Amino acid sequence: MNDHAIRLSGVRKAFGRNQVLRGIDLEIPAGQVTVLMGANGAGKSTLVKILCGVHAADGGAVTLAGTPFAPETPSAALRAGVVTVHQNINDGVVPDLDVASNLLLDTLADGAGVFLRRRKMRARAREIAAAVGLEIDVSRQVADLSLADRQLVSIARAMAHEPQLMILDEPTSSLSAVEAERLFDLIETLRDRGVAILYISHRMSDIRRLADRIVSMRDGMISGVFEDQPLDYSGSVRAMLGHAITEVDFTIPPAGRPVLEVRDLVLREGAAPFSMTAHENEVIAVTGLVGSGKSDFASVLFGLDEALSGGVLLDGRPHAPGSAQEAIGAGVFLCPKDRLVNAVVADLDITRNLTLPFLPRHSRLSFVSAGSERATAARMVGEMGVVCQSPSDGILTLSGGNQQKVMVARWMAETSRLLILDEPFQGVDIQARRDIGHKIRETAGERATIVFVAELDEALEIADRILVMSEHSIVGEHRNDKVDVSAIMAQVVHAATARAAGK
Amino acid sequence: MQNSVNLTDIAIKYGFLVLMAGLIVFFGAMAEGFLSPFSAVFILQSVAITGILALGVTATLVVGGFDLSIGATATSALMLSAYVMVVWEMSAVSAVLLCLLMGAVVGLINGLLVVKMKVPDLLATLGMMFLLVGLQRIPTEGRSISTGMALPDGSTATGTFSESFLMLGRHRLDVIVPNLLPLSVVFLIVIAIAVWVFLELTRHGRLMYAIGSNAQAASLAGANVNRYKILAYMISGTLASVGGILLAARLGRGDVASGNNLLLDSVAAALIGFAVLGASKPNAFGTAIGALFVGILLQGLTMMNAPYYTQDFIKGGVLVVALVFTFALSGRGGRGRG
Repeated sequence: MNDHAIRLSGVRKAFGRNQVLRGIDLEIPAGQVTVLMGANGAGKSTLVKILCGVHAADGGAVTLAGTPFAPETPSAALRAGVVTVHQNINDGVVPDLDVASNLLLDTLADGAGVFLRRRKMRARAREIAAAVGLEIDVSRQVADLSLADRQLVSIARAMAHEPQLMILDEPTSSLSAVEAERLFDLIETLRDRGVAILYISHRMSDIRRLADRIVSMRDGMISGVFEDQPLDYSGSVRAMLGHAITEVDFTIPPAGRPVLEVRDLVLREGAAPFSMTAHENEVIAVTGLVGSGKSDFASVLFGLDEALSGGVLLDGRPHAPGSAQEAIGAGVFLCPKDRLVNAVVADLDITRNLTLPFLPRHSRLSFVSAGSERATAARMVGEMGVVCQSPSDGILTLSGGNQQKVMVARWMAETSRLLILDEPFQGVDIQARRDIGHKIRETAGERATIVFVAELDEALEIADRILVMSEHSIVGEHRNDKVDVSAIMAQVVHAATARAAGK
Repeated sequence: MQNSVNLTDIAIKYGFLVLMAGLIVFFGAMAEGFLSPFSAVFILQSVAITGILALGVTATLVVGGFDLSIGATATSALMLSAYVMVVWEMSAVSAVLLCLLMGAVVGLINGLLVVKMKVPDLLATLGMMFLLVGLQRIPTEGRSISTGMALPDGSTATGTFSESFLMLGRHRLDVIVPNLLPLSVVFLIVIAIAVWVFLELTRHGRLMYAIGSNAQAASLAGANVNRYKILAYMISGTLASVGGILLAARLGRGDVASGNNLLLDSVAAALIGFAVLGASKPNAFGTAIGALFVGILLQGLTMMNAPYYTQDFIKGGVLVVALVFTFALSGRGGRGRG
């Protein structure tokens, strides 16, 4: 098994000042399933995009079966024998065409001739489908197929290229257990045929089922490679989340009155009900893997979603906002994750981004007072330490960390009862992370604060109390003074593996 | 800021205004009488109606939408006002109010189609355009409306356009010279200032820009995205009906054939507006300048005896140049849309 299909050494990639991959050394052997794990922002997607020809690496070398491999386009990668099955199943198929056309799409795209020969196409399509054990009527429209069948179609199509490496990016995220099982069988067939498989997932159930070896990624580097049987699953999760013991340079202040009381909340069908209380002068971090329900919980508190059952009290009164507007009115603010999608308004300058939610405060008879806006912007830019030439510069002139500071400052400019920050340290440099964390703690006195973070480090850095979320419920609670990191890890991992066992 | 100013920045910011000043100087030198007050007023009058429609389109562009139904809304208002006065023999005031109401309702339906039914902007308003073009012809069986016309039931229409209604399109105020400034130009200026104030100075305008730039972020900041989108379409529909009323008052009859160019001219003005002062986004001032630019160009060329059939070609050329200014030169990409 020394036959390495693909070998990466020192692969680096940066987007602007954001160093995403800091030197990746990785070997993916043929005839094995290599599972790649990594938290959000660890650089998995960037790595995949380099391998499948979407991005070019800034440095380092990739060899495929011994020859240098640097595809300039996705189709070049495909021709060289690297096929990718994307997380979003519909990226891999054209729903408006029939199965046969989908299976032959690549030949259609660079084939010769003008007219299609339907009968010949169908015969060839049936061969391709049979080669991967896909039993399906090739004249059906892909739009009529289930998600799982669509995925098998896109894999069958990829297999027609006789790939050396197949990359699957969270392929089971929209599949049922039975459908996933069909996919796993197919993957094993391919593996036995000598294809190198790179399987990206956080699902412990998938990983236990498939992995021959596990590679963990963190902050743009490989943080652990596990290939000794039996595989060390919790070790791999630990390597992915990391817990370089952080200096906790604060003492936990006495918590004030309760602000938010959550009683027997059920976030989705089949999830266990949970309760929690957040107090004034308290910073709570809720941590858990991607998909553990953190964002769903935030959505319920901010009026974007409804819980199935259970109650939420804010200062003793029922809190069930029907919209973001109502939540803000009640004093519950949410600084959302993925700032470029959910927060940054590119056409507005720094000042106007800052004042966006609280324009009525800055206007009289609907007319915005530029003076009042400028004063708030100058105050918040100063307090947060936003590095900018002028608050009237465009928001996109700022670095990621400074953009994030503006987004956090947006919600700190007014007093709230409950401030929720969803992944506030996403895509920011270490200095901005310190500044933002410091500011969150410094201003926490009059309100309750809940921070949702996937990285345990960040939770340890900022919180008085850490709640562990898994399976859309809270499974653990830890006071952040003599915290037992391995106990938290165990809860994060255990709950995830319990899901696998329960399947 | 000081050291970042270079030639390209200046070109992007002031290019279009310089171009316009250059045109004025050029035509002033080449065409006798171009620089007279009457010529200026004539230009303003020629762009008044398209300018008002373009300001409506601007409102929808600001929220990231697009209203293709403005031309049809305007001609519907033209036909409706004629029908109200000539057939129903009602007063000018009721004609104006009914037209404004019709425009607002059309905008509301457009908005609901886009927001509630999730129909893409261009398609929803395209559908509305066909609906209105057809609808306005049904009551008169496809004929134009004027006093003395035969009605479908065999009788004759006896109503007339009232004098006060015609004044809207034809009256001229005494400014410096007697009978100089047409009322329609006054409407254009007032509406342009009002739309500019609304979009630039009020929080509603700010939120509309935020919605156009990142609707998801605006929504998470507490803005009622749907309501503002509907509002934008209602502004657009109402302004289009104002344009239709002015057109009816100028023509003095409900002419089914008029207003063919309204849609393209006003969309062009709004898009040219992206380039003015390097805004790279829809804005009221730019739209007004855009409309004026086209007016000046056409008036100058007409006075220099350029044939009428070259007009659309010239407008198209101006639009393409303006779009290059906005999207290519500024490097910011502006806000691409349908």
